[in-house]
Amino acid sequence: MTRLTRSALAALLSSAALFAALPAGAQDTHPETGEALAADQVFTYRLLDNVSSLDPQIVEDVDGSDVVRDLFEGLMNQDAQGNLVPGVATGYEVSDDRKTYTFTLREDAVWSDGEPVTAGDFVYAWRRAADPATASPYQWFVELMSLENAGAIVAGEMAPDQLGVSAPDDRTLEVRLSEPLPYFPQMTTHSTTFPTPQRVIEEHGSEWTRPENIVSNGAYVLTEYSPGERIVRERNEAYWNNAETIIDRVVALVINDENVALTRYLAGELDRTEVPAGQFPRLSQERPDEAISFPRLCNYYYTFNLSESGPEAFKDPRVRKALSLAVDRDIIVNNVKAGGEPPAYTFTPEAVAGFTPPETEMAGMTQAERDEMAKELLAEAGYGPDNPLSFDMIYNTDEAHEKIAVVLSQMWKQKLGVQATLANMEWKVFLDTRGQQDFEMARGAWCGDYNEASTFLDLLDSASGYNDGKYNNPEYDALIEQAKTAEDTTPLYTQAEQIIAEDMPVIPIYHYAGVYMLDSDVGGWPVDNVEQNWYSRELYKKAE
Amino acid sequence: MLSYVIRRLAVAIPTILLLIVACFFLMHLAPGGPFTSERPLPPAVLANIEAQYGLDQPLWKQLWDYLANIVLHFDFGPSFVQKDRSVNDIIANGFPISLTYGGLSFLAATVLGAGLGVLAAIRHNSWIDYGAVSLGIAAQALPNFIMGPILILVFTLWLGLLPGGGWNGGQWQYLVMPVIALATSYIGSIARITRSSMLEVMNSNFIRTARAKGLPERTILWRHAMKPTLMPVVSYLGPVFVYVLTGSVFVDLYFSTGGLGADYVSSALTRDYAVLLGVTILYGTLTVLVNLATDLAYAWLDPRIRY
Amino acid sequence: MFGTSPKTAELAADISDFEAVRGRSLLRDGMDRFLRNKAAMASLVLLSAIVLFVLIGPLFAQYANDEIDWARMADIRGQGAPSIATGHYFGLDELGRDLYARVIQATRTSLLVGLIGAAMALVVGTAWGVIAGFYGGRLDSVMMRVVDILLAIPLTLVLILILVIAGRSFVALFVALGAVSWLTMSRIVRGQTLALRSREFVEAARAGGVSQPKIILRHILPNLAGVVIVYASLLVPEMILAESFISFLGLGISEPHTSLGRLIAEGAGTMAYGTIWQLLIPLFFYVAIIVTMFFIGDGLRDALDPKDR
Repeated sequence: MTRLTRSALAALLSSAALFAALPAGAQDTHPETGEALAADQVFTYRLLDNVSSLDPQIVEDVDGSDVVRDLFEGLMNQDAQGNLVPGVATGYEVSDDRKTYTFTLREDAVWSDGEPVTAGDFVYAWRRAADPATASPYQWFVELMSLENAGAIVAGEMAPDQLGVSAPDDRTLEVRLSEPLPYFPQMTTHSTTFPTPQRVIEEHGSEWTRPENIVSNGAYVLTEYSPGERIVRERNEAYWNNAETIIDRVVALVINDENVALTRYLAGELDRTEVPAGQFPRLSQERPDEAISFPRLCNYYYTFNLSESGPEAFKDPRVRKALSLAVDRDIIVNNVKAGGEPPAYTFTPEAVAGFTPPETEMAGMTQAERDEMAKELLAEAGYGPDNPLSFDMIYNTDEAHEKIAVVLSQMWKQKLGVQATLANMEWKVFLDTRGQQDFEMARGAWCGDYNEASTFLDLLDSASGYNDGKYNNPEYDALIEQAKTAEDTTPLYTQAEQIIAEDMPVIPIYHYAGVYMLDSDVGGWPVDNVEQNWYSRELYKKAE
Repeated sequence: MLSYVIRRLAVAIPTILLLIVACFFLMHLAPGGPFTSERPLPPAVLANIEAQYGLDQPLWKQLWDYLANIVLHFDFGPSFVQKDRSVNDIIANGFPISLTYGGLSFLAATVLGAGLGVLAAIRHNSWIDYGAVSLGIAAQALPNFIMGPILILVFTLWLGLLPGGGWNGGQWQYLVMPVIALATSYIGSIARITRSSMLEVMNSNFIRTARAKGLPERTILWRHAMKPTLMPVVSYLGPVFVYVLTGSVFVDLYFSTGGLGADYVSSALTRDYAVLLGVTILYGTLTVLVNLATDLAYAWLDPRIRY
Repeated sequence: MFGTSPKTAELAADISDFEAVRGRSLLRDGMDRFLRNKAAMASLVLLSAIVLFVLIGPLFAQYANDEIDWARMADIRGQGAPSIATGHYFGLDELGRDLYARVIQATRTSLLVGLIGAAMALVVGTAWGVIAGFYGGRLDSVMMRVVDILLAIPLTLVLILILVIAGRSFVALFVALGAVSWLTMSRIVRGQTLALRSREFVEAARAGGVSQPKIILRHILPNLAGVVIVYASLLVPEMILAESFISFLGLGISEPHTSLGRLIAEGAGTMAYGTIWQLLIPLFFYVAIIVTMFFIGDGLRDALDPKDR
């Protein structure tokens, strides 16, 4: 065969292959739902800001974790409901004392450079996360996982290779805990526990996450990273479950301003963006298929300063209760936020698994009854027109926070004659001020690290480093301590919330909702996953 | 003149050193640090991280190490917030972007602004004057933070002509809105300063003398009036040039250009010490150089000025 | 002798009394010229009207500036538009507060901020620039390097530190505005002074033995007036907008008080959502202030220019 005919034949073959490939993509239907799929499988969404890192052990922000979850895959994954499903591990066994977990890794898991993913990669990654030299802000997560010796390693008293994790062979990962931890398997879906390629990190150092260097084991590989502009990830052909991945390309566009992001969404440049506060009712009327809202694991509250430096008035629970009662939460969730957020009468969001909110007095009353009771309580405490209560409330500069602060202060002013002076602060100044108890009342918000009530209730423990209001109730602390080892925690958490309702160390305002515009041709978004751990490989674009 | 330039450049080094020292200490005085966050880190973890970044050292030692790294390795350190990136990387990535749209905006604003100003001055109190003045005011009246959203609303959503943001290697479609937004905020000011300066010059004795000699108006304008007119304009343009080159934070935030302006402001807000210092040094160096250039421009515009 | 008539005596006195001639001609001429400038006078009337509105407008307000209209806040788009019937002449803001009362309060704040900020820049920047430019040499070099450094120090940092040291107060706000504004002014003034100090009339005065401070006051400053006034009037809008950034850092004014810059920013955020009056009304006042400032500044420049007689 001459060279000419050979190359002509090759050209013919490749064009035929191309021809065959194109319509095949367009005719595909989704394997489960049977919906026709679009030819162009690109998912584009808005990112608020640059990500903190693309290194699984170092990343600390939610947006960054979303990207890392696509690039890397841990032992276990979550399904659309937030249940555990196999990832790199096909499953695990627990020892009788519930302190040793043995994970079995799948045979076909490989890195994007073709090397197999081994148990050693996990051992390396977990030691790396705990190693003080890595300087990961998520070192505490390794402690939280209760891995043997984690605390001592983080404190620098022990070498990282003493961590309670080992690889008896390439397919087996053995984990030893210092104490039984019921939700340990759930924690292996967190990016801190994802494997990382030692050879690549050693070769490129801190530059290993750049598109030209990175090697990953997830459904996608990083192909472009322009800080302040975009992050692009594309299908990883080497991924063990690549056949089931539908989205070919995921583009995250950094758009700082939520109103601009919405404009660009409406112009068709984005498939997903956040809805600005107050715009949900209008958008869900105009585009009912696209505006979605679902509960999230976050709360929003104001905390009283109950420490030495706090005002005398707040030491009286009647005052605290009166202020909480006078807050008309329906107005805030319906008129200010208006994104389907549930009003909060407990500190822990109701959506948290295994949590039953107590039947508090306040939740059962009408707002008029609450206002009446608030007036009585405040009068009992000795505050009234002759001796008006006044205090400062601080919040960090942000339009949404400002609106809520204004509404709160007006409610207190008009109903109770209380003078609340507003003071906004730049974020770091705010954190510093609040952390040093240099305030009277301060805004607070918390998102759960995992789907369990203790992630919220720990905050009000007198020993907690996050307890900025310095609430201290031994009875409450005892309950939280008891819950750590209890078989059935639900009644304990309910009881703890009952104490909060009586003491009112914080004023819960509302619980977060995820409020998105999501293009109606995007399928597979896990709205039922309250932690919002989403995977691009589960999504798909329907044909229009 | 050459010795003057050399002297000035020699002074530039202590000036920038002083800038670094001042900025360094101001930065550490500001409340909160790069690792202050909504959920405070456990003390042991915080200690590890601070040790890693050298923040556990005494301040003078940190400053010394920082300066030594710059002099010996031209290394401005790692970012404390964008943890995969170094300051060199951030500047190398953002500055060319800012330089591109900033340079174009500066050019547009200067040419259009000075043009309008001269036009208004030579047709003082005519409809051209009023028209140019109104245009200048209109451009100035729309602050950056309305220009951004309005442009995106009009060109992207309503007309569907331009992409709503991004950079894409600086293709022209991505440049149009940033340049319009940034240039308009200066056209008005430049036009006004040019106009008032020109009016003053046209009333001065040497122009009257030139007129009395019967020189044609065009010659008077270009040969005699132009240079002195530009004196205050150049003073104003100096800082504008630096500001535009280091990127406008509004442009970067609204149009997602990825320039240095966003890093400059956000590094101060997040207390990303190394990035803040690095960008400040860049900014300071540019300021010193531009001010030197301005002073040289003075001498060129007015030969009587001697240094 | 013919110099004895009262009229000539008076004339002679006038001629020899340099003070009297200058004082009268410069100020009165300037005043006359300013009064003849139609655009400047119209602007002055409009600006006075705005000031008057700020002063007596509150008498007609139906609501306080921090009062939320609970009944209407659920439907701002439908019920919040400007209306005489509801008593919300300028409509409602996003939270259901009366925009009429808020615009009045905001205009008052912004006028103060703009004028005081520009005035501080005028005084400090001119003094710094004139001294540097006139004396030149090493003093000039040192003073201008200080400006270089201050120009390059991140503003955000300086403002945060002012907040920490001075706390939130009106005084701190003006200190912050001053800190922001005088640097460019000083560079412009110095540039002009450099050019002026080698001019014939300054050389003449110097040769005539006039003291240096007197040269600055008599010969340099009047010739700077044009550029300085124009630049100061340019600073007013800049100051008004700078305030919103300063407030963002927690240094300026705090809710329920507001300013035009912040009302405009809020209105701009929601302009596409059917509540355009929230942008247009404060923008109208802002533009009116800028335009009047421009023509007044321009009129003053014409009036005070010593060469333009």
